[in-house]
Amino acid sequence: MMFKPVMLWTDALIFVLLAVILIFAVYVRRHAHLRAPWRGVMRSPTGLASAMVLAVFVVVGLLDSIHYRPALPLQPGQSVQYGVEVLSVLDSLLSDLRTHTEKTYSAPLATHLYAKETTVLAGGRAVRIYPRLKYGGAQLADPQSGWAADIGMRVALGSVKGLVLAGVLMLLPLLWQVLRLRVGLDQARRQLAAQPLPWHTLVFMLTLLAVIGCVMAELAAGYHVFGTDKVGQDVLFGALKSIRTGLVIGTLTTLVMLPFALLLGIMAGYFRGWVDDVIQYIYTTLNSIPGVLLIAAAVLIMQIYIEAHPDVFDTAAARTDFRLLFLCLILGVTSWTGLCRLLRGETLKLRELDYIQAATAFGVSDWRIITRHILPNLQHLVLISVVMDFSGLVLAEAVLSYVGVGVDPAMHSWGNMINSARLEMAREPVVWWQLSAAFVFMFALVLAANLFADSVRDAFDPRGKRT
Amino acid sequence: MIAYLLRRILYAIPILIGVNLITFALFFVVNTPDDMARMHLGMKRVSADAISKWKTEHGYDKPLIYNDTAAGSGHLTDTIFYAKSARMFALDFGVSDDGRDIWNEIKVRAGPSLAIAVPVFVIGLLVNVTFALLMVFFRATYLDFWGVVLCVMLMSISGLFYIILGQFLVAKLWHWVPISGFSSGVDALRFLLLPVLVSIGAGIGSGARWYRTIFLEEIGKDYVRTARAKGLSEWRVLFRHVLQNGMIPILTGAVVVLPLLFMGSLITESFFGIPGLGSYTIDAIQSQDFAIVRAMVFIGSALYIVGLLLTDISYTLADPRIRLQ
Repeated sequence: MMFKPVMLWTDALIFVLLAVILIFAVYVRRHAHLRAPWRGVMRSPTGLASAMVLAVFVVVGLLDSIHYRPALPLQPGQSVQYGVEVLSVLDSLLSDLRTHTEKTYSAPLATHLYAKETTVLAGGRAVRIYPRLKYGGAQLADPQSGWAADIGMRVALGSVKGLVLAGVLMLLPLLWQVLRLRVGLDQARRQLAAQPLPWHTLVFMLTLLAVIGCVMAELAAGYHVFGTDKVGQDVLFGALKSIRTGLVIGTLTTLVMLPFALLLGIMAGYFRGWVDDVIQYIYTTLNSIPGVLLIAAAVLIMQIYIEAHPDVFDTAAARTDFRLLFLCLILGVTSWTGLCRLLRGETLKLRELDYIQAATAFGVSDWRIITRHILPNLQHLVLISVVMDFSGLVLAEAVLSYVGVGVDPAMHSWGNMINSARLEMAREPVVWWQLSAAFVFMFALVLAANLFADSVRDAFDPRGKRT
Repeated sequence: MIAYLLRRILYAIPILIGVNLITFALFFVVNTPDDMARMHLGMKRVSADAISKWKTEHGYDKPLIYNDTAAGSGHLTDTIFYAKSARMFALDFGVSDDGRDIWNEIKVRAGPSLAIAVPVFVIGLLVNVTFALLMVFFRATYLDFWGVVLCVMLMSISGLFYIILGQFLVAKLWHWVPISGFSSGVDALRFLLLPVLVSIGAGIGSGARWYRTIFLEEIGKDYVRTARAKGLSEWRVLFRHVLQNGMIPILTGAVVVLPLLFMGSLITESFFGIPGLGSYTIDAIQSQDFAIVRAMVFIGSALYIVGLLLTDISYTLADPRIRLQ
């Protein structure tokens, strides 16, 4: 074996979540009344565009969630040994970016280091110059004259590749239509265009994403697109690795919070009486503790636990992963109260409706009433609040990491990037690229999530206008 | 009304006790005082003597809940639970790790916190409501559309970016105000200007959008149509009718955070070096001073409960139809 698969806790949960989403998608496909609002989301231009951006992030995040430990070079007379470093599929795809580290800071697309260094020339004379980078622009013989042309060439080549890629991607559904219906190309095109999708947005976003991706790839092959950080690590690589952290916090927290909110909210609203009193007491108490402080307290406690039990975690990755998982857990514990209150109110309203009264009169059991009649009618509330919470959680990660109670400082995350950018902004000249990279990636993800959440809410909220 | 308020205040007591028990469980049961001592003294090779010395110094050398060596009421009072948790109800928060009285420190630091939080709250509310009313006035036009787009974009930017960019542009590049720090008297204005502006700017996106939905919901109602039918101008409709009726949901959101203004803002204060309660909390978290974190959790919860109570009262003031009983 060349590698040994490693399943971190968050990986396992991500794939559980993925399975749940896929099952839910199949379920939705089979029910016309559920399919209709989703179609509404995909037919609104912002919904479609934001979903496409989110999809790109999700793919990167998933690639980064398949982990393994590579085998070390085989020693004679020894069984296979595996390295202690845990890598992901994304790491191996971007192994150039990962291993091409410089000495220290360098600006985006630079060919020289950020700081001057003393170099001894051939004649024995020592001078202070900006040394050439080991990898950034190393292919250039004379960076002074060749740099602009090389960048231009790469951008042009990347754009062409992106256009071709987008074209191929757009041809695929067309060919599928041709093969499936056995019609001519022109007829297939007309049939597709008749679908009420926002085709302009689709084509535009597909081209945009493909061109950006290809230009970045083309530039990254020869330069550090977003520069390098203090230890010379490529910033683009760090930003890409941070995607998984953001997604994990945004989604797994939901997975943690949903059972609490659903179970307690429905119980409180359905059974009323003392059950309601107890549950209301629990969530008012939890709610009254300031969220950041509760998280801080819990994370401090967890740090003591990790330091007191170093033997539980076999690799550094397992330790940082445990901390990430714990953060999701505690974020989930602090954030279920809002949804719980909402579900309680809705259940209170639902249980008085005629059809549930009728079910009770027929002697249908409580469990069956809840699962058959109440739960499906709460689905839109759950869905809306889940997508609305996502962007807030991604933003919260940055703040928590700054406070020092977020993800492990060794983990790639936008919060950690912003945190180190604080000192970099005070340098002279200013090191602005790490902050910009974190800003661009975070802004793209959160903006897409916000827009997607808006479209989902518009499509599902019964109070909203239906067009 | 008074009976209602009394009942609500009585209801707050079990909640505070619950908060107290949760913090006690988090800080003393999940991890024993021994763990805490070991962490403060460094993890490796700490002698048992050093640990017990640290525990005696900080008053953690007692049994958790029940002391069977003490006499009389000492069974219950000579314990960690009584000394560290129950005493908080008497506003006795003990001393921090550097030996200062926490309650005194809190009283001193509440001032600078309020100096930032109050202007941010008041001006922020005014700005957000104005912006929202403007969007509602131009509703269904391009101005409204781009206003909403701007709001969504503003709220998609992490608050940290506002602070870092604000400090970089205004303080470092243009030298208009000092980057961070604080002083007393009129001089404090120089230090307060930037944090206040940045905090307001960071809040506009979500605030204005939220108020806009509230106003739009109101504007579809019958009384607005009646007001228009009377021939009132659009501005009068907005300010006399829509604004007043939109006050109730706005009050819910605003009044509940009013007491929490005392706690200050964690991030803003620590970035701008304001010696308020927010930076106090952050410092405590970063130096792992559990006594301060415990005290802040307790005070924060108490203030939140006060906020809920104030919200109820403000309802009756804003809407005479609501009677509390």
